[in-house]
Amino acid sequence: MSNFWSGWIITIVLINLLGCLWLLWWNREQDGDTSVGKSMGHSFDGIEEINNPMPKWWLNLFYGTIIFSFIYLALYPGMGSFKGLLGWTSDGQWQLEVDKADQRYGAIFAEYAKVPVADLAKDAEAVAVGKRLFGNNCAVCHGSDARGSNGFPNLTDGDWIFGGSPENIIETITKGRTSIGMPAFTAAPYQLEDASITDLTAYLLTLSNRKANAGDAGKGGQLFAEKGCAACHGGDATGMQMMGAPNLTDNVWLYGGSEQAIHTTIAHGRKGVMPAFEGTLGSAKIHVIASYILSLSQ
Amino acid sequence: MSNIDLPVPQYHYDVVKKLTIMAVVWGIVGMFVGVLIASQLYMPALNFDIPWLTYSRLRPLHTNAVIFAFGGNALIATSFYAVQRTCHTALFAPKLASFVFWGWQAIIVAAAISLPLGYTSSKEYAELEWPIDIAIAVVWIAYAIVFFGTIAQRKTKHIYVANWFYGGFILAVALLHIVNSAAIPVSAMKSYSAYAGAVDAMVQWWYGHNAVGFYLTAGFLGMMYYYIPKRVNRPVYSYRLSIVHFWALISVYMWAGPHHLHYTALPDWTQTVGMVFSLVLLAPSWGGMINGIMTLSGAWEKLRDDPVVRFMIVALSFYGMSTFEGPMMAIKTVNALSHYTDWTVGHVHAGALGWVAMITIGSLYCLVPWLWDKQEMYSLKLVNLHFWLATVGTVLYIAAMWVAGISQGLMWRAINDDGTLAYTFVESLKATYPYYLIRAIGGFLFFAGMVVMAYNVFKTIHSSPEANRADTPNAAAQLA
Repeated sequence: MSNFWSGWIITIVLINLLGCLWLLWWNREQDGDTSVGKSMGHSFDGIEEINNPMPKWWLNLFYGTIIFSFIYLALYPGMGSFKGLLGWTSDGQWQLEVDKADQRYGAIFAEYAKVPVADLAKDAEAVAVGKRLFGNNCAVCHGSDARGSNGFPNLTDGDWIFGGSPENIIETITKGRTSIGMPAFTAAPYQLEDASITDLTAYLLTLSNRKANAGDAGKGGQLFAEKGCAACHGGDATGMQMMGAPNLTDNVWLYGGSEQAIHTTIAHGRKGVMPAFEGTLGSAKIHVIASYILSLSQ
Repeated sequence: MSNIDLPVPQYHYDVVKKLTIMAVVWGIVGMFVGVLIASQLYMPALNFDIPWLTYSRLRPLHTNAVIFAFGGNALIATSFYAVQRTCHTALFAPKLASFVFWGWQAIIVAAAISLPLGYTSSKEYAELEWPIDIAIAVVWIAYAIVFFGTIAQRKTKHIYVANWFYGGFILAVALLHIVNSAAIPVSAMKSYSAYAGAVDAMVQWWYGHNAVGFYLTAGFLGMMYYYIPKRVNRPVYSYRLSIVHFWALISVYMWAGPHHLHYTALPDWTQTVGMVFSLVLLAPSWGGMINGIMTLSGAWEKLRDDPVVRFMIVALSFYGMSTFEGPMMAIKTVNALSHYTDWTVGHVHAGALGWVAMITIGSLYCLVPWLWDKQEMYSLKLVNLHFWLATVGTVLYIAAMWVAGISQGLMWRAINDDGTLAYTFVESLKATYPYYLIRAIGGFLFFAGMVVMAYNVFKTIHSSPEANRADTPNAAAQLA
């Protein structure tokens, strides 16, 4: 803040506060010739005004708040660039609270961090802590029971898009995941006809042992190999965790497993993002959350 | 006293009558939408999966309808009536006054169509898009010309205190609206704010809090200063108090906006100044309550037999309570608990239902018989029924929101021994759930009172000529 603006703020704050004091001082005594308790002598549509004094308790309340203001403005930042005698800042207060929390709770998480995730997943107390952290950081997408919903993976079914080892889970939470995405097969460069997408859908249904038109499924199988589906999902369609390409044979569907939902996924593509929690939670808490998540599918 | 001998001018009541009726009509509409969205919070299916009926679109419709349609018509009506009579002169530019009426109704209709369709600038209490904003500025300036024109041609030496407050409200709202609504249009119904980031937030809440300060406080204090002394036929308690609290109120209010942005990206100095001035605001706010209550104090017996006076005294009580609550909530440590909770919603409605609506209803119950030359409202029993519906409704509403809000604030900050949060957000929502039902019931009672009022107003206007007053100021004016 430049000196000009700092001076400007200080000036108008003082003018307003001192102005209130002046207003009170100026009106402390009775007005002109009118004695206290008598009408001021004007009448507006029959309404008169009495020259009564301002109540003492009210005046004291007013003075009190103004005095408080001067004290508060001396102690805290408010008068332009003047920092206040206490040196208080909101950033400083936040840092203080974080440090206090770290000091108080840091040891608990440091202990947990020493135990491997797979072992910690068997520690009921650690899992309970992880569950609470999950509730306030992860549940908004994955649900409070971690069973996910359309577009948000179920974390309890043992089916992992990016891998379910402790290292994979920690990596997913820490750095987040941006899948390369399922392309829209009606768009370039694929430009499949709607009938072809129906064929592919039929083929996928048969992969998870569901009923489908055999002829369509046959054509779909051919398209699966020709149109590059296998490049991500693998020749046997069991997926590729390195690419975040799901297994298509286990009847677990992130974006819905109905015939129509599968058709839509192939036609228009899908793309999900898991945000990175490194900065929000830190490695020690991620360690505990990972153990909770691992415990869900064990 | 020296003015009593003046000839009675030919007052313009036609526009006041229209505004009065529309205040009641829009009150019912705005409060109905309020009850609907309160019910949606309890039972989300009540949006019927229709986009126009979703909470997000109806909430701004509710706030705009009750503040600008109900409150606006009531403020313009009562000010046009009071300014003529206290200045002992007819309304300046009556055709322009008529334009204010029709223009304001057109703006309300435009709001009632565009908000459910999803057009919004996303600024709270200033959601309307830029073409409507321009119309508001034009109509508001016309309102100012009529009001100040009337004052300029007054036959009294001084300007009565009610007109200071109405005048302050009119000038400040023009300033606030024009500055905050500054935007760059990109199409017929889309614009972007002229400000960015924290500055935009600060301008928005400078507007937002002064909408409370000037629109919902100063304007309605103007109403209070005319209709209370007229109703109870008593002089205003303290002239000096009115001078001091007027000037202190309008100067200090301008600073209070930053308390809406405590613990945000707003610079520390701005938050401090906002908090300090919010606290100083307590005494000037209470000045109006003291002057109102002390004016009533010689007429306590009227509380027993005049339900209209009951509305007024309860309005002043809620005014005093919410102007105490406001400065307390502006203290940073209190705000850390109350911010983002339903406590804020409760606080707003203590002011909006308890003060703004109650003083308006009381004033309109005075105004309707005066305008239509009747002795009294068609049924004082129905006024009394309305009073109890409104009072019980308000108490249920704000008590439910206090409990809900403080529970939320405490749940959000509760932590376990391991430093993790004790509750998830959805658990706090679940805890709030029963209070949303109580709030909806309270709101419904208040709305039901407005329906009773509409019936009573209708019957008063259409009552038999025997109910007419023989020696009304109106009748005298028409003879003159």
